[in-house]
Amino acid sequence: MTKRQLTIVQLYPDDMNIYGDWGNVLTLKKRAEWHGFDVELIDYNVGDTFPDNADILIGGGGQDSGQLKVQADLQKLAPTLQALADDDTPMLMICGLYQLFGRFFKTSKGQIIDGIGIFHAETHAGPERLIGNIVTHNEQFGDIIGYENHSGQTFIDSDMQPLGTIVRGAGNNGQDETEGCMYRNVIGTYLHGSLLPKNPAIADALIEEAAKKKFGDFTPTVIEDRFAAKAREVALKRPR
Amino acid sequence: MPKPHIAAIGKVVRHVTRLRGGGSAFPGLVIEKIDPDFTRDTLTSLPYGVVIISGTNGKTTTTKMTVELLESQGFKVFTNRTGSNFARGVTAALLADIDYRGNLDADVAVLELDEAHAVKFVDSIPPKYSLLLNVMRDQLDRFGEIDTTAGMLAHIAAATTGTVVLNREDPRIAPIADILPEGTRSEFFGLSETLRSKFPSDDDLHRTVNSTHTRDADVILQRIDTNTAVFHMDNREETVQLKLKGVYNIYNAAAALALTRTIAAERYNKKALLSALSEVRPAFGRGETLTLDGQPVELVLVKNPSGFRLALESFAPDGYATMIAINDNYADGRDMSWLWDVDFDSLRNLGVAQVGGVRAYDMALRLQYDEVEVVDVTTDVSKALVNLRNKYPTQPKRIFCTYTAMLKLRASLGKITEVERIL
Repeated sequence: MTKRQLTIVQLYPDDMNIYGDWGNVLTLKKRAEWHGFDVELIDYNVGDTFPDNADILIGGGGQDSGQLKVQADLQKLAPTLQALADDDTPMLMICGLYQLFGRFFKTSKGQIIDGIGIFHAETHAGPERLIGNIVTHNEQFGDIIGYENHSGQTFIDSDMQPLGTIVRGAGNNGQDETEGCMYRNVIGTYLHGSLLPKNPAIADALIEEAAKKKFGDFTPTVIEDRFAAKAREVALKRPR
Repeated sequence: MPKPHIAAIGKVVRHVTRLRGGGSAFPGLVIEKIDPDFTRDTLTSLPYGVVIISGTNGKTTTTKMTVELLESQGFKVFTNRTGSNFARGVTAALLADIDYRGNLDADVAVLELDEAHAVKFVDSIPPKYSLLLNVMRDQLDRFGEIDTTAGMLAHIAAATTGTVVLNREDPRIAPIADILPEGTRSEFFGLSETLRSKFPSDDDLHRTVNSTHTRDADVILQRIDTNTAVFHMDNREETVQLKLKGVYNIYNAAAALALTRTIAAERYNKKALLSALSEVRPAFGRGETLTLDGQPVELVLVKNPSGFRLALESFAPDGYATMIAINDNYADGRDMSWLWDVDFDSLRNLGVAQVGGVRAYDMALRLQYDEVEVVDVTTDVSKALVNLRNKYPTQPKRIFCTYTAMLKLRASLGKITEVERIL
């Protein structure tokens, strides 16, 4: 019997890929393999044909210049991405693409970069960068541990759920104690560091949703997460 | 206050600070308070002016090389040798080298400055020459975005009155040549087509290397064999035996050659230059080799993803017990995400003997996802070194370490073997 296959699509790795975003892709790929799936990894860059078999989408951060480069292409892709999101396709969008999955990002020069509005949220360039170790809490995933580095301040509408509430750190905007955003199975967050290796519960949840959607069931394997547990312990104690 | 008095005060403060075991920058602070123009007046009076070396990776080694190469051309060189690569450190270094009358016996000052400090420095002291090595993702938690850092280097270039020497292969450095003010010239150092693929920039991490360029380079690193490097300059190939290790250090040698050739001008003596190059040893922690229990211990400083990747490519793991020590103090970079932008596949066959440092478990976790076996992990760097020593007594050892982990390792090693003292 051939193994079941999951297809992971990485959005704009050429232009939106800093702060260890590769670590998230690698973690999804390896854990899916360890859970018994074959993994097809597809890079989607500006101008490419969008694959019609995406089971999980993942996208990363970028500098302002990177965001400008992908903007037009992302708009073309918007209906496809919205349909996938409405259809419960799991996605993880970090930093820059988290911002562009909202309605817009307004740069420090007042320029508006249109987003695609899957998240009911908007981002404004803030006066200072919010940088440092961060811990948030989510009922399903427990403590979410990572590192944030962003000048954009994101405000989510009241009909959206944040990914976590702040335990320490700044989060979406440094004001309202929220971090990230969730819409169905789409997760947006400022946490990198990378997010998934130190928060395997989120990685497994994305894989589980994708597997259930595609095959109707998911039987997890026990993965040795000793290093992740210890790394989380240490990170919790590090200063901001 | 007359200059000799300032100089005398500064030297006394420096002496007292050192007796008390204080840091290298404090005397500089005192002088800044008494005479803010002291450093500028002293440096700008030098006949060949000020040379600034900046960029993300390789500043220390390249500065050391440039000083030694310029000395081979008959220059008396002042430099901020203590590694205090900020303006106050420059003043402090000056105090060590001037006489009590305030005179600096030098033709030229070669200064290593980090990007942010260099920007302020050049506004008050415009350099005659600058060498811009590269812009890579280094501690973005400090400078923000890589384009911001590139902007800082462009600022240094714009302040340069004579010649800017640029890395032709860095997509953010090379175009600085096109925006220089009138009268400022540019020179390039570069890589041959075959070597270029070995030096990915951050942009190239997950994409194919774009190899189209049209700029002529004064010095091109043509190829590298075990202990020799071939440089292309003046339309011929020059083969040089080297004590330096690692392709990355050797590319910096091309940078130092181009800079020295530019400054030396009519004093240029090729034979002396190449002979000096073959004698250059790496700066501390940049591939330096110590001896422990009769076996070599190599310390390789890693600060950012591209530097770590180049280090792994430069030093083959065969025959070595490998240790990795990762701290997350300010000087190391607080953000661990950079470890995920390094590919550790090359260590898979032999595994990693020991992982140490505050963020040892982040490193171990990183290796787990590249399926590299890790024998032991401890957050205590000194304990990690002891484990490595006890478990692999008869094997050469190589330790990849972040900055503060390296300082700690050198201190520990200093108790059990001979370690060159850093001022």
